[in-house]
Amino acid sequence: MKILRFIVSRLLQSVPVLLGVSIVTFLLMVNTPGDPIRLLVGVRASDETIAIIRDRYGLDDPILSQYFTYLGNLVQGDLGASLRFKVPVSELVAQFYPVTLFLVVYSIVLILPPVILLSVWSAKRPNGPADQIIRIVGVIGLAMPVFWVGLLFARFFGVTLGLFPVSGFGTTIPEHFLHLFLPSLTTAIWVVPILTRNLRSALLDEMNRDYVTAGMSKGLGAPQVFRTHVFPNSLLPTLNLFAVIVAYLLGGSVIVETVYAVPGMGKLMVDSILARDYFVVQGATLVFALTTIVVMLAVDILSALIDPRINT
Amino acid sequence: MKLSPMFVCGATLVAVWSLIALAAPLLATHDPYAIDFEALLAPPSADHWFGSDNVGRDTYSRVIYGSRLALYIGLLGVIAPMIIGMTIGLLAGYFGGWVDTIAMRVLDITVPFPFFVLVLSIVAVLGPGIENYFIALALVGWVGYARLARAEAIVLRSSEFVLAARTMGFSHPYILFRHVLPNAMSPVVVYMMTDVTLVILFGAALGFLGMGVSPPAAEWGVMIAEGQIYISSAWWISFFPGLAMVLIGVGFALMGDGLAKMLRIER
Repeated sequence: MKILRFIVSRLLQSVPVLLGVSIVTFLLMVNTPGDPIRLLVGVRASDETIAIIRDRYGLDDPILSQYFTYLGNLVQGDLGASLRFKVPVSELVAQFYPVTLFLVVYSIVLILPPVILLSVWSAKRPNGPADQIIRIVGVIGLAMPVFWVGLLFARFFGVTLGLFPVSGFGTTIPEHFLHLFLPSLTTAIWVVPILTRNLRSALLDEMNRDYVTAGMSKGLGAPQVFRTHVFPNSLLPTLNLFAVIVAYLLGGSVIVETVYAVPGMGKLMVDSILARDYFVVQGATLVFALTTIVVMLAVDILSALIDPRINT
Repeated sequence: MKLSPMFVCGATLVAVWSLIALAAPLLATHDPYAIDFEALLAPPSADHWFGSDNVGRDTYSRVIYGSRLALYIGLLGVIAPMIIGMTIGLLAGYFGGWVDTIAMRVLDITVPFPFFVLVLSIVAVLGPGIENYFIALALVGWVGYARLARAEAIVLRSSEFVLAARTMGFSHPYILFRHVLPNAMSPVVVYMMTDVTLVILFGAALGFLGMGVSPPAAEWGVMIAEGQIYISSAWWISFFPGLAMVLIGVGFALMGDGLAKMLRIER
């Protein structure tokens, strides 16, 4: 019962954030240069047509009621229409979003094993040689431009070695895995150092707790204390970082999808910016933010389920 | 305070890059914009150390001149976010109450947006260019600074020397400026170092996507984009600007890391 109450209150808390997010994306569009409707219907459209559409999106109303029209449309799933494809933005999202989701989940799968391995390794002897090397390699990983790494990977693994396709998404599921391997790997390189650093400091925090001393003094070996007590306790702070990581991955996907010509939301967004297809840009930004909000919710609820202290 | 080796390494790298940027005309072997049809896509050689691109421009000289833009973008790009973020964060943390509530709600709203996506959509609306990138950074980038400064100010607000200053009748602005601000600086400076790396990276990413510095400028992101279609035959066009970015980014990141260790912000 308690957990249900927690979930409900957590859901209610995200309402103001959702409203705030819609305000931000709304303000983005208010400032677009030119008349988006004129762009949408083309130069030969009659003034009546334009007036009808302007009225539909409430573009002649005062700004506050424009916002409420926008919000009303959003609630009904209407994100506006694409100037380029002449279809509703929501249709484009339905088409491109699964690809990005696939890429993000795939990246996470690739990220987790090295993160766990490296952070445990460096936390075992803080400031030891392994820790220092992992740290410096991490700094280099952070400083590498994603698009450059993408290009080099495509050239080396794709062209020189011919191991992986370097563009597109494929049509079957095994093909998806093959096509998205390099893009996911490219994204992973950037995120592994960030997560490793966080899990490492969480591990170090837990290793200094009293229960570790207690366990050791009762004769439990260090490996046993580490496996059964320190490691599980360190996962929670890292789990909380997960939403931030998803935001990072989504941001990275914009660049990675462009480099590898993966037909996902990121590529859609970049192409739409270059084509001045503003409704799509706005819609994509909103969808990215919504994804993070959903992940944040899921992480919070999951943490509450794992750790009974949170929902009291 | 003992200098950490990481800080020394990072500071050396940054100093070397600053020298390269200052002495670019002396170090460059060619005019970075000179088109040479005799040397199209020439591989690295004694004449063209890093090769040349599809219109015969010398990659080495372009990389050297690119350091000017990278440092300009990285150092200038963090100033506005830092000032805005510190002001909001210190005021929110020090005064608390409704100021804090409003600031925190605004911070909450920015969390779900992937940073690069938000910068990208702002630049999309304002139009491509470095000035608009700076505006986007000022609008979005202050969040991290505000969060840090707020956390520091909350601790300092109830510290003994601040309370003592209050009892002695000093005004809030005086205390904020003379006592809270200097003591809240260290985590902010550490964060700023990593932020410089990110601002350089994202600036180059914008250049790469065609929304930052416009060609034919010798900007590393633009250069990597120009070499993209020649990557299988003339890898050097994209490779060297990227390598330069890694070296400059590592410099600032190591400086930040080393500083954090020296100031005992993290282990």
